[in-house]
Formats: sequence, structure tokens, C-alpha cells
Amino acid sequence: MVLRMTGIRKRFPGVVALDDVDFRLLPGEVHALMGENGAGKSTLIKVLTGVYGVDAGEIELAGEPVSFTGPAAAQRAGVSTVYQEVNLCPNLSIAENILLGREPRRFGRIRWAPMRRRAEELLARLDLELDVSAPLSAQSIAVQQLVAIARALDVDARVLVLDEPTSSLDSHEVDRLLAVMRTLRDEGMAILFVTHFIDQVFAISDRMTVLRNGKLVGEYETAEITPVELVTRMIGKELATLDELEQVRPERTVREELLRAEEVGRAGGIEPFSLGIQRGEVVGLAGLLGSGRTELARLLFGADHADQGTIRVDDKPVSLRTPRAAIARGIAFCSENRKTEGLVEDLTVRENIALAVQASRGWTKPLSRKRQEEIAESSIKALDIRPANPEAKVGELSGGNQQKVLLARWLITEPRLLILDEPTRGIDIGAKTEIQKLVTRLAAEGMAVVFISAELEEVLRLSDRVLVLRDRQVVAQLDNDALTPEQIMATIADGGAE
Amino acid sequence: MTTLTASRQRYLPIIATFALLVGAYGFGAAQYEAFASGQVVLNILIDNAFLLVVAIGMTFVILTGGIDLSVGAVVALSTLVSARLLAAGVSPLVVLVLVLVIGGTLGLGMGAVIHYFELQPFIVTLAGMFLARGLCYTISVESISITDGFFTTMAQTPVSLPGGMHVSTSVVIAVIVLAVAAYVLHFTRLGRTVYAIGGSEQSAMLMGLPVARTKITVYAISGLCSALGGVLLAFYTLSGNALHAVGMELDAIAAVVIGGTILTGGTGYVLGTVLGVLVLGIIQTLITFDGTLSSWWTKIVIGALLFVFIVLQRLVSRRAR
Repeated sequence: MVLRMTGIRKRFPGVVALDDVDFRLLPGEVHALMGENGAGKSTLIKVLTGVYGVDAGEIELAGEPVSFTGPAAAQRAGVSTVYQEVNLCPNLSIAENILLGREPRRFGRIRWAPMRRRAEELLARLDLELDVSAPLSAQSIAVQQLVAIARALDVDARVLVLDEPTSSLDSHEVDRLLAVMRTLRDEGMAILFVTHFIDQVFAISDRMTVLRNGKLVGEYETAEITPVELVTRMIGKELATLDELEQVRPERTVREELLRAEEVGRAGGIEPFSLGIQRGEVVGLAGLLGSGRTELARLLFGADHADQGTIRVDDKPVSLRTPRAAIARGIAFCSENRKTEGLVEDLTVRENIALAVQASRGWTKPLSRKRQEEIAESSIKALDIRPANPEAKVGELSGGNQQKVLLARWLITEPRLLILDEPTRGIDIGAKTEIQKLVTRLAAEGMAVVFISAELEEVLRLSDRVLVLRDRQVVAQLDNDALTPEQIMATIADGGAE
Repeated sequence: MTTLTASRQRYLPIIATFALLVGAYGFGAAQYEAFASGQVVLNILIDNAFLLVVAIGMTFVILTGGIDLSVGAVVALSTLVSARLLAAGVSPLVVLVLVLVIGGTLGLGMGAVIHYFELQPFIVTLAGMFLARGLCYTISVESISITDGFFTTMAQTPVSLPGGMHVSTSVVIAVIVLAVAAYVLHFTRLGRTVYAIGGSEQSAMLMGLPVARTKITVYAISGLCSALGGVLLAFYTLSGNALHAVGMELDAIAAVVIGGTILTGGTGYVLGTVLGVLVLGIIQTLITFDGTLSSWWTKIVIGALLFVFIVLQRLVSRRAR
């Protein structure tokens, strides 16, 4: 056994993140760590990699008890980690990102040529051929992810931890990553794999450990468990299946138009497009990463301003030059970067939720503490935010719960058009279902929703109409009459030529 | 293709600065006959050797995303400590070592406070600036002149170059500092860690790099460079004065930024800083040559240039994104 963690306990102010958790990892296996948001997966990884200390419990690496003082110590001991948000330096070259801190040197002088060769060798192991002296910032997220893995490989790693490595990759890139994982496993590496994609878990893992609410649920052989059993163990109750959503979706009737964009575009952002959105309609945006989905949404929200075209709201021309102007017309935007563009991590759940209301009231009419608490309590209840503590710092919440806080903040301003950019990325299936149900409910109540997601199934399940984007251009607008993901993929592939 | 443009864009600010320098020199040479001589450029170096050394130290700090406002005050303190000790008959070699130790220690202290207390470099080095400037007045409120043989020799002995041109020993020292700095930044682990921290401190930490040690070291380097800059200024003026180098931290920051280093860190070259110092110097020289313009025009032009360069950098980084 390469790694054994026993009786791990980790407490944060107000929350027990890990409660007597055991975990073991064998060499030459891919071991999936499963659980909903807030189940303690990230905390367990951070404990393992030395970012957090433990309150109780023991970690043994290859039979030796260890206690890491930080990521550097963990790395030296052979535990390498690739984090969900790629933690590399975009300003440096690919070679440096792979080898920084372990550069080949002679008398303290970095030898660039051997360093580049070594980087190329490591990338070749991942079947990747790149100009290693180019800056990392020029590469796609997928390549950056692989570079991070190449870095992890260079250390004499016995344990490779992959925290949500596939959440921003397309399916082709995922296949490539899984192939790399198989190769490494066959070489005897122990891989700890965290993901929310259940199909990937069944495609690659040998065993899995399930956590729930900071407690160990169990350890299972992948071959001996079904996806439904796994999900049931993760959420602790029978999963209300997603199929129910189909019935929830009400019949559509002709309704008044809320927003119309005519030939709106922005040079370098997105080619001019036209789009009408009706009340109570869900418009899905489908397209690959970088196809212009976010850029389109930002134009509608005024986060970027269009350099051509007109936007009409309620049949009146409006100038959406700033988010403030858009908010004033009832448009809300949940950004895909919830960490950097949406939430203030150091503020509490209550304060974050109150922010948007306060902004719409203006600073001369402060919101009373009592009112803030009421709003926060009702949002926490409505969206099942966990922990159900309005005074918890948002930065300490899991990804899915942060997303809910962000949603709550916009919902209490009662927007008429809600733009959701990747609201379900990196969150677990339970929270995902809740958010999808919420979208359907809001639309039924008359709210217009623009829904952006990399998962086509999800877009199709929710949308009345789908805009297909490719290369920063809207290539097709399709009514969702039993559309299939294959049809959308075909439209993306042929650029809507038909 | 994309990588090619990306790496070309990295050099764009430095190329722009170089073009500006050449343009300014061409303009001067066309206007004034005397300007065309190579000695004019060398004189700029002679007059700004101390600033160059200070700006090189500042480059290290800014590359990590920090700032050091204490440099001007440390320069002044160094001139005064030198002048006072020399006047008391202490050997110049001892004085040199002592001054460098004081500067390095001040920087080290500020760096440690910044890192371990997680404080803003701006406010910590502002405190350091007041401290150092205040200490100057405890040594002497008046200017102390330097008559020591070693210092006057260093000040007055020209180093001949081919073609009948010459530079001062200070220039030679500054060029050595430049070479060492460029080597450290590009060929040592310390240097690359400086860039990594500027790119993302969080990532650098998670990559297992020695963030604490490196951050403290850059402030020590800046302190050391300021002390050396102070010694060069003492060579240049042959005096120690609490009023020396008032506002020099801002000149140094301006030179670094005009030289293409981005204030948020991670991008820039020490060679750019040299160009930045030369641009500042050539503007000063042009205005002196003109004779009719008041000296504050230097400030106005530098201000305008700074605006242009920060906007240029923003445009470059936006396009790269």
C-alpha cells in the first residue's frame, strides 16, 4: 500500500470538514474520490498534500508515518498534485512551468538546453509536442492542464492527485487525459482522481471512496457498483432522476418578447448576431470552449460593450454600456468565474447575498441587519445552501454552494432576464439537478433565461431554443424539438452550413 | 503562430522604449550638432549611474509584484553614513562594507515584515522610507562634504574608452551590477522564482517554490542596490546630505515601468530598466540643450511618457489575453 490515511479529522470554524475519515491508495490503481459538494473531497486532498494540517489522524506513505509542512514537502515525498484551477505561472515558458524548482543546473546556473529537452521528454510521455520555450499563457486550458500533469510526473511521484482535471476539457481532450492516466497507472503510479463526471469514473477507476458530509461512506470496487448505487451513496437518498424534468417543462405558448438584439457584435469578441428572447423562455448557448458563448453573454449584460448593432428591451432601444445599465433593466449575469468575477470570498453568505440588493437600492438606503438576515435565511432555505449558516465565509464553501450563493444574490433582485454562464461546472450531480430544476421553475414563472453550458445534454434538457456557436459566430438557431446532442455536434462541426 | 505572436508581444514594450530612445537621440542629433557625439550618451550614463543601480534593485521587487518606496531615503542615508564615517577617519573599505550591510539589512527587515505579516509592500516600505529619511537627520542636518582620497579618486578618475570617449568608475560599477542582475534573473533559480511569484504567488507556493525566502531576498537586493546607489551618489556629489535623492524612488519606478516591466509583476527585463533610465536621462539632456525650457518640463515629459507606456502595456496584455 502506497498511502494510508486513518482517522483523519479536520475542523474549520463552525464546520467539521472531515470526521474520522480513512483512505487508502494502492500502487498501480486509479482511485476515484467521490462525494457531493461540501462532502470533504477538497479538504481531504489538501490535507494529503500538506496545504492543511490535521486536527487528528495519521498519514502513512509507503508504511512511514508522514506529516507534511506544505506542498513542497509533500512533493518531495512523492505526492504530486494537479489542482482544478491550473496552478501554474502563465507568464513563464512551458519548460519552466514543468521544471521550475528542479531545473538542471551547473554551479547554480540554469542550463536551458537540457531543461528544454527534459520538458519535451516529459510532454512526449503525454503524447504532446509543443514549443516548450513559448509562454504558457498562449496555450489552451486543456494543454495547461497537461503541462501541470507533466510537472507532476517529473518529481519522482508515487502518488498523483488529480483534482477535477477534466472540468474544463472537451470530450476529445478528456479521452486524451484518460489515456494518459491509464499509461501512468500501468507504470505503477497510484492515481487519486476527483471528478464529478460519473461516466469518467466508471471509464477509468479501479476503486472508489465515497464521502458524504465529511464522513466516510465506504470504499468500493468499481466493477461491483452501479452508477445508480454510487449516486445513491453520494447523496444518501434515492436520486430523483433527471428525467422528471421533462415533465416539469410546461407547454410553451407565444409570449411577448423581452429582449431583441439586432446585428450586435464586438470586434475580437463575437461576430454580429441577432437574437430575440421571450419571457419565460430558456435559450441555450451551445459551442466549444472559446466559441464565443461567454462573449455573447457579456455583451447582453453590458460587461463588454457592443461596437455595432442595437439592443431593444421591451421594444425600446437601450444602450447597455455598463452592467449597471443592464441591471437597471432587469438583466442579471452569473459569471462562470465565480471566484474572480462573482463572489467576494472574504465576506459571509449573508453579506454576499445582500450586496446585489444593496446595490439596487443605492447607498443612501442601507438594508437593516435584520432584513439582511431574513433575505439570507430564505435564500439558504430556497436553494439548500450548505452549511446553512448565513455567517459562514463564502470562501470556505464548496464550489456548488458558492454557485448557489451567487444565484441567490441575483434571484432576490428579481431579474427578468437571467444569464447563467456555466452554472453547473465543477459541481456535483445533486447540486446540478437542483440548479437545473430551479432554472425550469424560474422560466415557468416567466423569467427569461440564457443558459450556457459545455454539457450539451444539459443545454438540451433545459432549453426551448439553442443557439449554436462556433469560432465566435452564431452559426445556427435551432428550436428544441427533440434535438439530440449529435445534431448539435454536427451543426458545430459543419458550421451550420445547411 | 499564436506562440510566435505571444513571445513577440512580450518584447513589444521594450522595443517601443528602444525606438523612443533612438528617436529622441535622432531628434537631438538633428537639432544640436554637439548632441551627435557618443559622449553625450555616455554622459547620460555618468549622470545617472546611481539611478541605474537603484532601478535595477527596484526591477527585482516590481517583478515579484511588489514595490519599494524606501530606496531614495536609503540612498540619502548611505551618502550621509559614508560622509560622516569618512570624516571621522574610518577606512573607506570599512565604510563601503558597512553601508552595504545597513542597506541590505533594512531591505531584509522590510521584506520579512511584508511576507510574515502579509502586509502591503507599499505601506511597509513607506514606513521604511520615513525611518531611513529620519535617521539621516539624526546623523546631520547639514551637508557633509567628502574629502577622502579613495572617494575623490573614484569620483574624478575617468575610464577611457576607444574613440577618445570616457565614462566614470561609477558607470563601470553600474554595468557590472547590471550584468550580475541579468544573470541572476535569467540563469538562476532565484531569478526564475522571482518571475514565478510575479506570475502567480499562489501557484508558486503550490509548485513548491521557496516563496518566503525569495520575497524577502528581493527587498534585501533592493536595499543593497540602494546602498550601492548611495555610494555612487556620494562619488558623484562628494557629499552626504539628508536632502539627497528626494523622490528618487519615483524616478526609479518610472524607469522600470517605461522599461517595460509591468507593475503587477511577472513580466519585464532588467535591460528594459537600463533603457528606461536612458530615456529619462536623454529627456533631461534634451531640455538642458534647448536652454529655453525650464527644468520642470522634464517632469511633464516623464509624466506623459509614463501614461503612454502604461496604456501601451495594458493594450499589449489585453491583446495577449
